Amino acid sequence: MGIDYNQKIPNNVDLAGDRRLQRALEKWLPAYLDWWQELGPARSSGMDVYLRTAVSVEPGGWAHYDFVRMQDYRWGIFLAPPVPERRIGFGMHKGEPVWNELPGEYRAELRRLIVTQGDTEPASVEQQRFLGATCPSLYDLRNLFQVNVEEGRHLWAMVYLLQAYFGRDGREEADGLLARHAGDPDRPRILEAFNERTENWLSFFMFTFFQDRDGKFQLAALAESGFDPLSRTCRFMLTEEAHHMFVGESGIMRIVQRTAELMGEHNTDDVSSFGGIPLALVQKFINLHYSICLDLFGSEKSTNAANYYSMGLKGRFEESKIDDDHVLTDAVYEIPEIRDGRVIVAEAPALTSINERLRVSYRQDSQRGIDRFNKVLRAHDIGFELRLPDAVFHRNVGGCADIHGTPTGALIDAETWQRRRDEWLPTQADFAFLRALMQPVTEPGKMAGWIAPPKRGIHGKAVDFDYVQFH
Amino acid sequence: MIEFATHPERYRHWRLSIDGRVATLALDVAEDGGLEAGYSLKLNSYDLGVDMELYDAVQRLRFEHPEVGAVVLTSAKERVFCAGANIGMLGQSSHGAKVNFCKFTNETRNGIEDASAYSGQRYLCVINGPCAGGGYELALATDHIMLVDDGSSAVSLPEVPLLAVLPGTGGLTRLVDKRHVRRDRADFFCTTTEGLRGQRALDWGLVDELAPRSRLAASAQVRAAEFARQSDRPGDGQGIALTPLTKSVEADSIAYDFLTIELDRAQGLARLIVQAPVDAPPQELAAIHAAGVTFWPLALARALDDAILHLRFNEPELGTWVLCSRGSTDHVRLADTVLLAHQSDWLVREITLYLKRTLKRLDVSSRSLVALVEPGSCFTGTLFELVLAADRSFMLDGGFEGSNQAAAEIGLTEMNFGALPMVNGLSRLEGRFFGDDAALARVQERGGDVLGAAEAEALGLVTFAPDDLDWQDEVRIAVEGRAGLSPDALSGMEANLRFAGPETVESKIFSRLSAWQNWIFQRPNAVGEEGALKLYGSGRQARFDRKRV
Repeated sequence: MGIDYNQKIPNNVDLAGDRRLQRALEKWLPAYLDWWQELGPARSSGMDVYLRTAVSVEPGGWAHYDFVRMQDYRWGIFLAPPVPERRIGFGMHKGEPVWNELPGEYRAELRRLIVTQGDTEPASVEQQRFLGATCPSLYDLRNLFQVNVEEGRHLWAMVYLLQAYFGRDGREEADGLLARHAGDPDRPRILEAFNERTENWLSFFMFTFFQDRDGKFQLAALAESGFDPLSRTCRFMLTEEAHHMFVGESGIMRIVQRTAELMGEHNTDDVSSFGGIPLALVQKFINLHYSICLDLFGSEKSTNAANYYSMGLKGRFEESKIDDDHVLTDAVYEIPEIRDGRVIVAEAPALTSINERLRVSYRQDSQRGIDRFNKVLRAHDIGFELRLPDAVFHRNVGGCADIHGTPTGALIDAETWQRRRDEWLPTQADFAFLRALMQPVTEPGKMAGWIAPPKRGIHGKAVDFDYVQFH
Repeated sequence: MIEFATHPERYRHWRLSIDGRVATLALDVAEDGGLEAGYSLKLNSYDLGVDMELYDAVQRLRFEHPEVGAVVLTSAKERVFCAGANIGMLGQSSHGAKVNFCKFTNETRNGIEDASAYSGQRYLCVINGPCAGGGYELALATDHIMLVDDGSSAVSLPEVPLLAVLPGTGGLTRLVDKRHVRRDRADFFCTTTEGLRGQRALDWGLVDELAPRSRLAASAQVRAAEFARQSDRPGDGQGIALTPLTKSVEADSIAYDFLTIELDRAQGLARLIVQAPVDAPPQELAAIHAAGVTFWPLALARALDDAILHLRFNEPELGTWVLCSRGSTDHVRLADTVLLAHQSDWLVREITLYLKRTLKRLDVSSRSLVALVEPGSCFTGTLFELVLAADRSFMLDGGFEGSNQAAAEIGLTEMNFGALPMVNGLSRLEGRFFGDDAALARVQERGGDVLGAAEAEALGLVTFAPDDLDWQDEVRIAVEGRAGLSPDALSGMEANLRFAGPETVESKIFSRLSAWQNWIFQRPNAVGEEGALKLYGSGRQARFDRKRV
């Protein structure tokens, strides 16, 4: 079904045919717009931005690019087309037809999954709202806004599910998604990683590289769901999420590129006095964001994750490509365990190890990105290698939360950790350095001195295209 | 052996702090601090060890801190209040261990309510994060529940949908009986795993007050200070230290000051011998305070309390407790007189309340209780409550042949007429003569008199009054006969016969709620190979036998 943009809320879910739902969503719309005005990208409402908007859900040609006044952006509800005869692919209901209506016995679990996912979408918009003031280029400013409007749309996607399937509770949850705010001491976002302000563009690129990759894995696991509306929603969100990770990966790549150039020009590792970001600082931000994201996957052993799997609500990454029985009642999986102050590999029931399994997939995917950064460094004959820190480093969730470890995986005592943490994680001085470094650049085609230009522009446009027009 | 004695310096799971008239009890469970191996106390979940410390803290606040008028019960963990009883622990516990655990936790929560109601030490609960199952039941036992309004923290009783058991630590009862939550709303609340939060929790009466996170601590202090101001406890009073009990445990005996227990494993019985004070108890308040834990009524309450718990947890096969006493009737009577004369004193009030709670603990113990009133015994006043608590009592008429000891006597004091009620709110005498006002009136007329066996039997105060010729056989047959009956049937029968008359929240928790829970704890839908409690945590889903029973 095509997307109907003549409606107040663009959609491909035949909203016009469901008066009750349409009324509910139209009631929520002004609250959403108020939230966007108040906590969306600061001072952006008058800007015309070259943005993509979903116009179809068919692969290839789903997006339309044009200038949009930020305040007039049209958020909509789009589900990937249904897969005919789709059946539940895992858990105790494996092989049964997927649910098109909410299975009553799993109402609470699905609600929790959707609310937790939904809460991260507006949170990232809130976290990033002041970044526009220090953009390194119009190209990057445009990408920031693109990410922001699409996170906003992902919120709509989750709110649609809540409003359509969860009755009054769902409506209350939908309101709650606008009532909690990132960093609000009274009503914080649910996950801790989504309460820190994204202070600078290095953080932003790291966020879109690491946190949005977590998003990708969560969405991929939910796309396996036996609750078909959730699956279809997440499948379409994944197409958008890919761009966010592109923003992160290409952003870090361009920083690494620029730093490598400066290191060559000035024959020094410390490029800070030449307006660049030292690789050591890039490494610190990798350490920070990656370790926070490992926590997002939850405890190595998790009853909730096991239940979600058995119930057929949330699968593993690319479930259908995994060669096993997809029920896992008797299967085992190897997970790290801390025993007598050492990390050992222990066998655990595969069902309760679902989180760990997803985390491993995430690590492999992250490593591929890091490898590409290192390729740039090698091309510049630089011996430094960026690395993902070990799983024991800087953790607050799961077995590693009670111990301290170095980025290379050595276990250390609390005193050593306190003494050395500034070597591994960004310090106040590092943040101050980045604050001073990052001054806005808004002339078309110009780049801040700490980042290389992108290889190409957006949708065939030149890099010096006027991506954002101020009024 | 399970040992209940502990001290704040040894707490692993609670932090007790006192600031003027307000105490704070903060739950901070050590994950690896479980009493048994095999489970981890995540998310401030608790086991018996955690609750022992809570009980110790509640007792110490009453006796050691007369200045404290309000107690804030909260969590020291940032992101969670309490996830309730640990499921792993419940899953691996034997039926008996589960029942014992639940009973003790219920008694501790009743004790918290007792402090709020009678000790001038009101409890308020400050919920700073998710609060589920037993966590919310702990909150329900307090006088005032404050919930952080952060858009996500909820109170919940997810036992039925998650574990196929009941919120058995008073949860169901207190919702409707204490907080007057409408039953249809309670039904909804108890069948959702996620519970309710914020305004709706307040509107439905599940909590009393909401506070934003940034003002939670301050609001709690304001409320606690207000409660403390209303307290009649002396702000400048000197507490008495609950020093470690004198207790020696041998293979076949346990000895405390004023209480000796003989363990007769062959017969499956424990003989509890209570000793009257050797010297006349002090009459002056100052002397009572100076005596502290050595003051006989308090020393006895502590010994009896510990003994009941010890026998319940460590000696499950001693199914009959034989209650005896030795010593001066006059001294016992004098102790009662002192307690009654100084009821306005905080310490004397505490001691009386402690005696009350300890006798309640005896009432709800699943053991057959047999009282033997023999020459040399001193079942008077407070101690006569032991006879009244017994399922059956025997009083020797006359003396034993060849002994020149005077015949046994009993007596009632003012303490028998309302100061030491049972869980159903009745005195043991009212319960004994329930529906027979004339019998009760006859007994009341003899209050203060010394009564011999024949009179006691005629008044209905003892079951049988055999003479020397029959005594041995009567008692032996009674005890041996009892030992031959089914322990389960006895527990059920005794629990039904002991509490004639009305119900209270407390009595319903022990009868209705616990009885149903203990049935469910045995059923395959909870504990079978495919039962919900058994499978919880494995990720596998329970399969229920769909037949309603």
